[in-house]
Amino acid sequence: MASSPKVGQISKQDKIRSIMGQYGIGVVLIIMMIIIAVMEPRFLTLSNIINVATQISINGLLCYGLCICITTGGIDLTVGAQLALTSCIIGQTMTNLGWPAFLAILAGVAVSTAFGFIDGCLIAKFNMFPFVVTLSMQLVIRGLSQVITGGRAVMITNKWFAGIYSNKLFGIPMPIIIFIVVTILMYLMLHWTKFGRYIYAVGGNVNAAVASGVSRFWVLVGVYTISGLLAGLASMIYTSKTGAAQSNIGVGYETDAIAAAVLGGTSFAGGIATIPGDVLGIFIIGLIYNGMNMIGVSSYFQSIVKGLIIIGAVMLDMVMNKNNH
Amino acid sequence: MDGKINASDYILNCENISKAFGGTQALKGVQLHVKPGEVHALLGENGAGKSTLMKIVIGLYKQDEGTMTFDGKPYQAKGPVDAINCGISMIHQELNPEPHLTIAESIFLNREDTNGIFLNKKKQNERTQKILDDFGFPYPATTLIRDLKLADVQMVEIIRAVSTNAKMIIMDEPTSSLDENETQHLFKVIRDLKAQGVAIIYISHRMAEIYEICDTVSVFRDGEFIGSSPLKDITNDELIAMMVGRKVENQFPKVDCPIGDVVFKAEGLTGKGFNNISFEVHAGEILGFSGLVGSGRSETMRAIFGMDPLESGKMYLNGQEITVKNPRDAINKGICMVNEDRKNFGLCLHRSIRENVSLPNLPARQKGILLNQAREKKEVEEYSKLLTLKAASIEHTAFSLSGGNQQKVVISKWIMAGPKLLIMDEPTRGVDVGAKAEIYTLMSKFAAEGMAIIMISSELPEIMGMSDRVLVYHEGSISGEFMREEIVNGNVTQEDILTKAFGIG
Repeated sequence: MASSPKVGQISKQDKIRSIMGQYGIGVVLIIMMIIIAVMEPRFLTLSNIINVATQISINGLLCYGLCICITTGGIDLTVGAQLALTSCIIGQTMTNLGWPAFLAILAGVAVSTAFGFIDGCLIAKFNMFPFVVTLSMQLVIRGLSQVITGGRAVMITNKWFAGIYSNKLFGIPMPIIIFIVVTILMYLMLHWTKFGRYIYAVGGNVNAAVASGVSRFWVLVGVYTISGLLAGLASMIYTSKTGAAQSNIGVGYETDAIAAAVLGGTSFAGGIATIPGDVLGIFIIGLIYNGMNMIGVSSYFQSIVKGLIIIGAVMLDMVMNKNNH
Repeated sequence: MDGKINASDYILNCENISKAFGGTQALKGVQLHVKPGEVHALLGENGAGKSTLMKIVIGLYKQDEGTMTFDGKPYQAKGPVDAINCGISMIHQELNPEPHLTIAESIFLNREDTNGIFLNKKKQNERTQKILDDFGFPYPATTLIRDLKLADVQMVEIIRAVSTNAKMIIMDEPTSSLDENETQHLFKVIRDLKAQGVAIIYISHRMAEIYEICDTVSVFRDGEFIGSSPLKDITNDELIAMMVGRKVENQFPKVDCPIGDVVFKAEGLTGKGFNNISFEVHAGEILGFSGLVGSGRSETMRAIFGMDPLESGKMYLNGQEITVKNPRDAINKGICMVNEDRKNFGLCLHRSIRENVSLPNLPARQKGILLNQAREKKEVEEYSKLLTLKAASIEHTAFSLSGGNQQKVVISKWIMAGPKLLIMDEPTRGVDVGAKAEIYTLMSKFAAEGMAIIMISSELPEIMGMSDRVLVYHEGSISGEFMREEIVNGNVTQEDILTKAFGIG
């Protein structure tokens, strides 16, 4: 009877490779931790681990947004600018208009979400390339944030707002709690809902998805809107941390978010990504910064090392997954 | 079978070729001997090792063991370009033409006419035109590939192969997207090539074609060479037995079942490529749509399924008038469609079998806003068992399956949707003999359970073997109707259907 060579029998070698393929990035993470810990024992202290986790929460939220956009075969280059715009809206409404912090946050996040929605509509309705749409929108959004603040930094003195970054719940800083909650929600959305399956299907083969009754329009609009929402939340954490709204923040933040997603196994071909993978990718990016600072690598070299580690890790992943592609 | 092999009589000799992928032995010491100027059929089910062997011949893979000679010399291609330089060209099943190139650019790709570093387009176009004229190919050399029909694109590929002075051309299912007329034209070209001494290796699942055009056949099964024989010395049944290792009793296991009420009725459907189409299909009925490729059959069905707009006409489901806005709407109303193009419209190849099967069926399988994955898993497992899907686990990717099993995944997903009307466009394209019979059995079973089935097929034996009633398309209209009794009695033959399809009768 017809037996495809690949089905049924899996050799031991393939099995090891498949396990390594699934968890290879985790292995990379552990090796990195060991190397850094040997060179600088302070690295493994609880306070430093909490420090790393707090720092990665911003990139983490951005990464999830990028991840779902990339999984549909697109990209969202606006997240860095979105970070600036939301920050400026929060700062202006709270400091200069005297809005309560909660309302200011709501306004900022609503605007970033709306811009995500507009990106999604342009991409889905008019079939424009996501790269081009978000590259242009990023300029619009950045410009808008400069218009709002006149290019000047706006100080935020609200205590409650500052607490978003510095407060702790059961000894855990709030950014970590926000990050954990969002991670769980994103995990459920991508792996346990209809919408998540549709994201994979649209990214995997849009024709087959549409022929199976999936609405390409709503899936694309959905992912860009969510990416906008997450960028808004990231901006809230960032602005609370710095205590000031500035229009020049977040430049290049999309790069780290993309890097984390790719390290986590998100495929630029579309249709392949997991949230646990993203979490590993986010931690690796965070550790590169933290570890190199602790070892005392200058920031110029940090950039070079970061680039090389990403290429190396992705290459390792490709080699291990050779049989699966 | 051949008793003794005298290597010098053959242009290609493959001896004792073995190849393993991971732990799976894809080829186990196979042989192949092709004479100059013969058309040599390679026959075997999907996964039998035909493609692997051909990929070794053109240098895409390297064999673990074994030797080859070509044209009297030891031969080992480093890659397809090397193979072309040695005189072997392959025309792939899925043509991959660069749509923005002209015919001339396509034919002279990688060996352009140049003046120094600049292209000499004029000379190249003139040379190409001469070659095209010699072939009787009725297009100017500057025509863009994207403006050609699929059959003509294929002809360009063949012309390119010939223009490289190929001594041997490998054709992988060359007729799978050609209609009867185009197939005959291809055969004429093959006969001309043969007369010039070019050897052709011809891979196809269509037995009738193999008997028509090939001289010799080599059969493979499960990575082993089963045997080789001149085609005139071997019957169809013997060949099938060699291929599947057992006797296939009945190629078309159609079970007659009572025909019920009208399930779907079309009245004057008009759209792009079809005009004023009216028909009815009943519960328990398999309604066959025959006709040439491009005659409007698939276009009509795509419009019924909501993938393309309908300009006018009315549709009724169980007596009630319906409109269909998009595929989701069609699925909700109970109309499902197995698309003819499995890779582009049927599957997300890199997602699991489970996700592919449940994709259209998720709305009904939620608990609140979350998916009920336990139920999903159980149901997909049930349906894959029902459809005798051969996979180690439903978590494997669709990509890892053979053509026949991929098709079963597509059929599973639509059966799981519980359709009243199931449209199957070329349900056995690229599917091997064994799996074909299984798909036919399933069609009979679903019909017996009261489903209405529309089957579009370009293979006449399939249309005649499986349909309760046959509608024939000609240039966007229905040109004929035949009943099963007439076909079974022998009152209607393939010629009668073809006559209608060509619009002669």
